[in-house]
Amino acid sequence: MAVAPTRPKKSPGRQKLEAAVNYPLDWLEERSGLIGGLKYFLFRKVPGDTNWFQTLGSATLTAFLIQALTGTILAMYYKPDPKNAYPSIVRISNDIWGGWLVRGMHRWGASVFIILLFLHMGRVFLFGAYKYPRELNWVVGVLLLVLGMLEGFTGYLLPWDQTSYWATTVGINLNGTAPFLGPYLAQFLQGGTYIHADTLSRFYAIHMLLIPGAIFALIGLHLYLVVRLGVTSPPWSKDAAGTGPSQNGRVKKGRIGLVRPSSRRNGK
Amino acid sequence: MMEPQHGDRPHLPGPSLYPIAFAAGVACILVGLIVSPLIIAPIGAGIAVFFGYLWARDATKEYRRTPAPIEPEGAGTDLVTAPPPPPEAAMAEPEPGERFPRSRFLEASTLGLGAVIGGLVTIPVIGFMVVPPFKGQGYPTVDLGPLENFPEGKWLITTFAEHPDQGLVSHRTVFVRNNGLLNNEPSFTIIWNRCVHLGCPVQPNGPVQPDQKKVVTVSKIQQISLTPTLPAGGFGCPCHGGQYDPEGNRTAGPPVRALNRYNYSIVNGRLVLGTPYSVSHVDGTGKDARIHAYKLAGPGMHVDGWEQIFYPVQPPH
Repeated sequence: MAVAPTRPKKSPGRQKLEAAVNYPLDWLEERSGLIGGLKYFLFRKVPGDTNWFQTLGSATLTAFLIQALTGTILAMYYKPDPKNAYPSIVRISNDIWGGWLVRGMHRWGASVFIILLFLHMGRVFLFGAYKYPRELNWVVGVLLLVLGMLEGFTGYLLPWDQTSYWATTVGINLNGTAPFLGPYLAQFLQGGTYIHADTLSRFYAIHMLLIPGAIFALIGLHLYLVVRLGVTSPPWSKDAAGTGPSQNGRVKKGRIGLVRPSSRRNGK
Repeated sequence: MMEPQHGDRPHLPGPSLYPIAFAAGVACILVGLIVSPLIIAPIGAGIAVFFGYLWARDATKEYRRTPAPIEPEGAGTDLVTAPPPPPEAAMAEPEPGERFPRSRFLEASTLGLGAVIGGLVTIPVIGFMVVPPFKGQGYPTVDLGPLENFPEGKWLITTFAEHPDQGLVSHRTVFVRNNGLLNNEPSFTIIWNRCVHLGCPVQPNGPVQPDQKKVVTVSKIQQISLTPTLPAGGFGCPCHGGQYDPEGNRTAGPPVRALNRYNYSIVNGRLVLGTPYSVSHVDGTGKDARIHAYKLAGPGMHVDGWEQIFYPVQPPH
């Protein structure tokens, strides 16, 4: 960016400091282009009249990252076998420093994640943001919703108390009533004809490795498509309809999730 | 710079009423499955197939159109006035060996080899995940102790470990009643406590007498507990309210058949639990009961009636 000529000259100390900060960044940029990529991602152009509701996607992403982080730490103390699972949960909650907080974050964060997912989905639906050319991103989002619910289903068994056991029994048998392949699906899910040690470790592996991996990959695809296709204007947008005052390419920079509504600025 | 706005581009294919008619057909199938599976559902299926076909044809109209033949450039009189130079001059005719050039071969072999290696690695791993749940399943026989512990006409809540080495997770409950002698053989009713709606544990609808509980140690790792109960009101499920009479017939709620039962045998004066089986319904009571037995099916699955077509083959269990 060109420096405005009226700006006062920087002091030598500040120049030195800037050089010291910029050196590693420039080093990385020269060898990887990552800094430029990050700048492109964070400071890309979005329509001038984006809305606070368009921050729900980033909120969902944040909720997922919190789940990933807290879950990883919980895995350091949790023991997925029938004799130790519940005692390890009790130990995490009652004995280990900070365990109640991290487990609570994971437990309640799961609900927050699903709630935000649905709110984000509702925003996309009501803004018509699923329409051409963004249909594929809607499909990816639906897959993410399904995977998120599977996370809920598999995670529910892990405390290994009466609620988990019988809720999972009901859930698996519910799958089992699906026509034709249902019985096979149920038996596959529980790793046999009844819930036992293998079911617990199976659900644990699915919960903490298989599905999160898939979710990370699909979030990557989701964000790639968001950046590639751009952000939609709200349905009431005068800009998008070509009648607003901020035509002629006047758009505003914003960070993903930190776009400012500008209706007031547009004199409305 | 303005981000490209795609919203004003025409949406292809254009709007049509076929998807709506197709959806109406699907709705008709769903309604028909409940109201009249033999008349309304097939009509709905017909509507859905017909309009689905029209929809697909309409949607693919653009793609199915045969491409217009491309006129060679400068066709016509130019050919007469200026005959093209011999082909060799423009580009040499590929040698017979060059039909499938080396680079194409390397490309294909790299991709092919990659696919083969990927398959060789993936297939056993996926198999490792999928196959074990279906191998070596089954229900072991369980010794429930001497016959004297089961007084005639009394219901006993009987608990045991199906796989004692696995601990509490294989804890099972059955309701056992000694029906007295039938053709000089002891007759038992053994009802599995798992609700045939979705597998929750049903409870006796009547008093339980825990003060008369008896624990029989069968082996070092197997303990049988026997608690008398009077399930005058049959059995009830706490999860979704399924109700059964004392023979296990469904009387109310969401279950689709009667409670599962267990086969049994008498070995050296001891009651030995065999394999479970499913029951559509039971006529009569006690030792005179006529049990309509079927191969074991999972909870929520119909074993009789037209709905059984949805569960043609049960996995090995």
